[in-house]
This record gives sequence, C-alpha cells and structure tokens, in this order.
Amino acid sequence: MKLSVSEWFKSGAPWVWLTGAAVAINVIMVVGLLLLIAVRGLGHFWPHPIIEASYFERDGSRQIIAGEIADSAEAPAEQLRGAGIEVADGVDSVTRLLLKVGNRDVYGSDFRWVLEDKLADIQHPGQLFVAERREWGNFYGYLRELKQGGVLVGQVDGRDERAYERLWADLEQRIERALDIHAQIARIEKHDIGAINYDIERLRLRERALQLKDELDAAAQADIAAERDQLAADYKVLENRLVELYGLISRDALVAEVAGGRTLEIPLKNIVHAYRPNTMSLLEKIGFYFGKIWEFMTDEPREANTEGGVFPAIFGTVLMVILMSILVTPFGVVAAVYLREYAKQGPLTRLIRIAVNNLAGVPSIVYGVFGLGFFIYFLGSNIDQLFFPEALPAPTFGTPGLMWASITLALLTVPVVIVATEEGLARIPRSVREGSLALGATKAETLWKVVLPMASPAMMTGVILAIARAAGEVAPLMLVGVVKLAPSLPLDGNYPFLHLDQKFMHLGFHIYDVGFQSPNVEAARPLVYATALLLVAVIALLNLSAVAIRNRLREKYKALEH
Amino acid sequence: MTLVASDTENSSAKPTQGVSLNALPQGQEKRDMANETIALQVRDLDLYYGDKRALNKINMDIPQNRVTAFIGPSGCGKSTLLRCFNRMNDLVDGCRIEGKILLDDNNIYDRNVEVADLRRRVGMVFQKPNPFPKSIYENVAYGLRIQGVKKKRVLDETVEWALRSAALWDEVKDRLHESALGMSGGQQQRLVIARTVAVKPEVLLLDEPASALDPISTLKIEELIHELKNDFTIVIVTHNMQQAARVSDYTAFMYMGDLIEHGATDTLFTTPSKKQTEDYITGRYG
Repeated sequence: MKLSVSEWFKSGAPWVWLTGAAVAINVIMVVGLLLLIAVRGLGHFWPHPIIEASYFERDGSRQIIAGEIADSAEAPAEQLRGAGIEVADGVDSVTRLLLKVGNRDVYGSDFRWVLEDKLADIQHPGQLFVAERREWGNFYGYLRELKQGGVLVGQVDGRDERAYERLWADLEQRIERALDIHAQIARIEKHDIGAINYDIERLRLRERALQLKDELDAAAQADIAAERDQLAADYKVLENRLVELYGLISRDALVAEVAGGRTLEIPLKNIVHAYRPNTMSLLEKIGFYFGKIWEFMTDEPREANTEGGVFPAIFGTVLMVILMSILVTPFGVVAAVYLREYAKQGPLTRLIRIAVNNLAGVPSIVYGVFGLGFFIYFLGSNIDQLFFPEALPAPTFGTPGLMWASITLALLTVPVVIVATEEGLARIPRSVREGSLALGATKAETLWKVVLPMASPAMMTGVILAIARAAGEVAPLMLVGVVKLAPSLPLDGNYPFLHLDQKFMHLGFHIYDVGFQSPNVEAARPLVYATALLLVAVIALLNLSAVAIRNRLREKYKALEH
Repeated sequence: MTLVASDTENSSAKPTQGVSLNALPQGQEKRDMANETIALQVRDLDLYYGDKRALNKINMDIPQNRVTAFIGPSGCGKSTLLRCFNRMNDLVDGCRIEGKILLDDNNIYDRNVEVADLRRRVGMVFQKPNPFPKSIYENVAYGLRIQGVKKKRVLDETVEWALRSAALWDEVKDRLHESALGMSGGQQQRLVIARTVAVKPEVLLLDEPASALDPISTLKIEELIHELKNDFTIVIVTHNMQQAARVSDYTAFMYMGDLIEHGATDTLFTTPSKKQTEDYITGRYG
C-alpha cells in the first residue's frame, strides 16, 4: 500500500505527531529537570567512601592525601601543558577529580582538584573517620588519643585493630554524651532564655509606653521593678545552669592524625557526627542517609548556611504562603463578586478587567519596590507612630517583616484569584440563581447561599494558581522581609505567638544565598540542589493539598450537568 | 356524556394532528369566568426588550384556584408574560414594562413593592429542574430559612408537608439528607415544586414544567397539578396542547406578543372564536 505525501498530510497524522511531540518534549524537560536536581541534591547525603592515596605534586614531591571524591571532570591536555604540567604525548584529556579533603583549619580549604593519573596506592582504610564539626567543616583523619579534662584516657597507634575499635566505641559514647548536653544548652539558650529576653523587652516597652503617656507613677514603677527582679532571678538560675553545662560539655577531647602526619586536638563539644564510612555496611549507610535527610529538613543551618538543615526556611516559606492565601482569598473573591455580580457591565468594568489582567504581568520586583516604599516605609512607619511609639526609634512594622511579605505577595497574586473567581461565577447556571430568587431570596441571599458555595471550586483554582506563583517568588521578598538567617521562628510559644513583624527565612532566597553568597562554593553546591528539590516538593505539597480541597468542593457542589 | 359523544363526532370530523378532545378534563362542570374569583388582573401590559416590543396591550384575568394554561407557538411571549407575574423579567437587561398587574388590587409594579415579598407570594417552577446543590431537605427548607425560620420542628413539618404535596415524600423520606442532584429528572422537578410550595405562595407559575421530562414523569406532574389547584392559583405555560387540554380550566392563546383568545379550556378547544386559534389548535401552524 502506497500513501502519497498529500494523502498522509490529509489524514491528520502529521498533526497528531506534531502535537504529541510537543507534549513529549515538555514531559522530558520537566522530568529531566526534576531528575537532575534530585540526583545532585539527594546524592549529597550518601556516606561516600574516603580514599587515601599518595599524590605526586607538580614539583615531584610525594604526599599522602585523604578525602572523598566529590566530582570529576575532563581537563584538556593542552591546557594542562600550558600550565606547566607534564602530560604524556598522544593524550587528549586527563581526568581531574575534586577531592573533599576537609580539615580547613589545617589545609586552608576543604576541596582540591587532583589529576587522577597522579594518584597512586589508592586505599580505603577502615580506621579513617569523618567528623562533622560545628566549625571549620569536616575533619578527616585517624583517631589517636582520647582526653578527659586534659588527662589522657586512651591511646592507639593504628596497628592494633582491636584497641582502635575499643577506643572508637569509647569515643562514640562520649560524643553521645556531649550531644545530649549540647541539646540541653540549646534548649535553655533558645527557649528559656529567649522567653526571658522577650519578657524583659516587653517590660521595657511597657515602661516606656507608660512614660510616654505620663502614667509612670511610683506604683507602676515598683510593679515593673518587681517583675524585672523576678525575671533577673530566673535568668540567674538559668545562667548558673548554663555555666555548669558548659563545664560538662568541654570535658572531653580527641586527638587525631590527619593524612600527612600532623595531629590535632578537637574538643568533643564541636563534633556533630563522627563516622567511618569505609567500614559501614549497606544497611548502616541507608540508615545514615535517611538520618542526614531528616537532619537536613528539621535542623537549623550552621556555618553560614553551608551545613546543617533548612528547617527555618521551610517553615518560613509555608507560613508565608498560608498567610498570603488567607489574605488574598477574601480580597480577590470580594473584588470578583463586585465586578461580576453588582457592577454595571460597561466600558469602566472592561477597563478594570484589563487593568487587573495587566497587574498579573507586572514584574515581581516592582511589587517588591512598591511593598517597600508604600507598605513598609509609609504604612509601617505610621503604624509604628500610632501603635508602637514606645519601641521607637527601633521600628516594629516600619521594617521588612513577615506581614509585609505576605501582603506584598497577596497583592501580586490577587489578579489570578479575581480572574478565576469571575470565571467561576460566570459559569453558575442562570436557572439556579433564578430558582433562588423565585423563592423570595434577595440577590445577596442568593449570592451567599447558592452562588458563592457553587463557585468555591473556582475560587480554590484561583488560590492554587496564587500559591504556585507566590511560593516560588524570591525577588520581591528580598525587599520586604526575607533574610539569610533569622534568629528565631516567626511562630513560637511567646505571646502573641505569631510574630508578624519578624523577618523570616525562605527556601527560594536560601537557594540564592547558599549558591551565590556562600564563602564555600564547593561545599554549598549540593545543598543548592537539595534545597531546590525541597522547594519544588514544598510547592507541590501545598498545591496538592489545595487541589484536594478543591476536588472535595467540586464533589459537593457538583453543578447541574447540562 | 353529551360532551363525550360530541367529542367523538368532532374528532372524526377533523382527522388532523391537532388535539383529540378525549384529552379534555372529563365530567367536570362547565367553567365560566363570570363565576370565578379573580387572583391576578393584567391591565394594558406592554413589554419591551430594548426597542423590540414583546407583549402588546395584554388584558386578562387569572381566576383563583384554577389552572390557567398559556399556549402558543415558540417566541409568542407566553413565558415572558408568565415571568411578569413575579417580576422575573426585572433580571433581564434592557427589559421595560408598562401597564399594571394587580394582585389583591395592588399593582405589583408599584415602586414600593418589595420584589422578594412578591416572589414569596407568587412562586415559580422553571422549564429545567434546577435544584440547589444541597440535600433534599435543605432544598425544600431553603425558602423557609430565607424567611428566617429556625425552629427545627417547624422546618421538619413543612418539609414533610411540601414533599407530600408534591407526591415525593414516599420516594425520598429515607434519604432526605442526600444530595438532590442524585435524583432523577422527574423527581428533581417535583422537588422544585415542593420547594416552591413550601413557602406557601398564593400563585404558582409553571414554565413548561414537563418539557424536559419523560412521559411517566410528565403524567405525575400533571396529576400533581390537579391536586395543587385546590390550594393554589396555577398558571402554566406549555407548548403541548394535549397537556393544556388535560390539566387546565382556562386557556389563553398567544401569538406574536398578542393575547388572541382567552377562555374556558373546553370552549377554546372545541369552538374557538378566532381563526388564528383554530388554525393553531388544529395544527395548521406552530
């Protein structure tokens, strides 16, 4: 059977192929993007084996180096020869490895590039351990001594395997103890002392407010003084406890030998984890892997955001999006109801619709500038003068914060909600409205009892689109409330619990900060991918929950299908 | 019986696709407008859609506790006239009305008339069943809740009474709190009638209530209309002449915005006084 080209064309097959191909390309791009960030981001948490090898330096000297392979790349032989490195003739390119050697306090940087063919005697020694530290990044080396209060309690030289294991077990126990004390210290410092500081600040503001109103008489002063004394006494107790704990946590230290022979003393209070990846079984590795992911999602960041977790950023993102949704929904719905139900349709409403649609196309940074100029500098400073004069000159709402960020994003997304709600209202069958009116309901009653419930799935569609847009937005947030490191969460146990004036962290900004503002680019790169993956997941989760709500509403108000 | 005999004669004399007079209400006393109490009076009613005149100087009386049917070809203005009785046309952009409709001697188009109150007194059922996306119970209770009735006992009683009036109670009494959208079309239409009846209006307007229904559901609706006329004044629009003949006491024939003829149903169908009426009911056009 022969088909001519024109017949094939007429059959519509090319059209099917064309449209199918377009869909396929889209799917491939989305899946590819997700795969890339997933692989790059999630791979970071796997306990990679550590190699130890001798390396021939450029000047011919030999050196022992240890570390984990973080990346590899092909370097053109031409370029290496130009840099004065000997490369055998006939070789086009040489593999370069990025080794994470850690020990920034010894070597000056965590990473170094090495040429693969200059490495010799590659081994995976089981005694080599990694210690994640609270400062100076990872440590790679061999355990040599354990000290308690400056006194030696154990010593190994590495030849006696069993003695090493015994000392390692001792070390693990001591680290456990230090971590336990560290958690207590963190709880007291963050939670208990944080609450006292908060109360002292509120007391100061109360005193100042009374002073401004000229009501600060002797009785009030005595009252405040008594409360302050009480807080100071509470603080003293906590402080003593802290001193005691700091004494306890500083008891132990280890002495370790880095590749190349130098030894180093590390106090155990600085260690977050110590593990020996070369001796771990697959099961242990999997456990370790999920532990790390859990830590990444639930911990606070350390070391200028290059280590630790991103919990405050997740929390900030979700809280901001929820506040934004709460603000944008009534705002957009009310505007849409007026435009569709009450306003006389004519050139003016058409103009307003055009304006609303154009508002959706304004670059987001413009909203940021508007939020900063109008909300923060104008509204915020006026609010401060009216309601928080006692805190001045320190601003309360006259500075970027959670509330202004949510309002700015609500403004950014309100056109989407208006358009979606209007479409929903337009789709409600006329017959249902007439049915309600014919029963003696007024227009407002009809709206409240019949039309708005039936249009609620459309409103949810608007909110879903708003969430999708707002959760990924970074540019305006940089101007109106996001910071690289917020000392506390905007939601806590101190009255009034939700602190709308506080600055907060955001996953999108965190990506930017870790990726481009970090002093340690190599260490931060996998975190950029991991955070990006997390941001995508958080947005997907927020969206899916909104979709679930919409589907339930749809089921409930399944409109008359005809 | 004489009526029946003359029927057969008549229909055999005119073997057209028009109305079989067997369809007429059998064994009833002769209707005469002179003996009726009048519920609604239409006086010199003109209606315009923009510049287009849709109703011309309509004058008619709607008798109380009787069924009045409006018939006529599509676009003749019968639905428009019906919607004038509860001011549904107010919702149409560019619709303008001149003349009066008197309900208890008060013009419903007076400026001081509350439209919502009027619609409580003059209920309406539409062509397509339009239940709200709520439970069966809430659909029927809707009008009462709008009026501010909160007592559960009153609501329960009225809902049951309304559903019984609409001959629906036995079918739905076990699933009152299920969605009304799960009912069949005929049930939905009877639910809408129950919903309208529940607010106890004086007049019930039915705008082609059976046109979207199957024959059995149609029959049920027609039986229902017979029952309901004891309590309500009913005005029904239909494009089905058999139906008009079966259910109504009085019939009005409209054509191109004019009221051509209005009188007792059996008279209008047997001895129409206007040529246009005769042409229409014998099926020559429309």
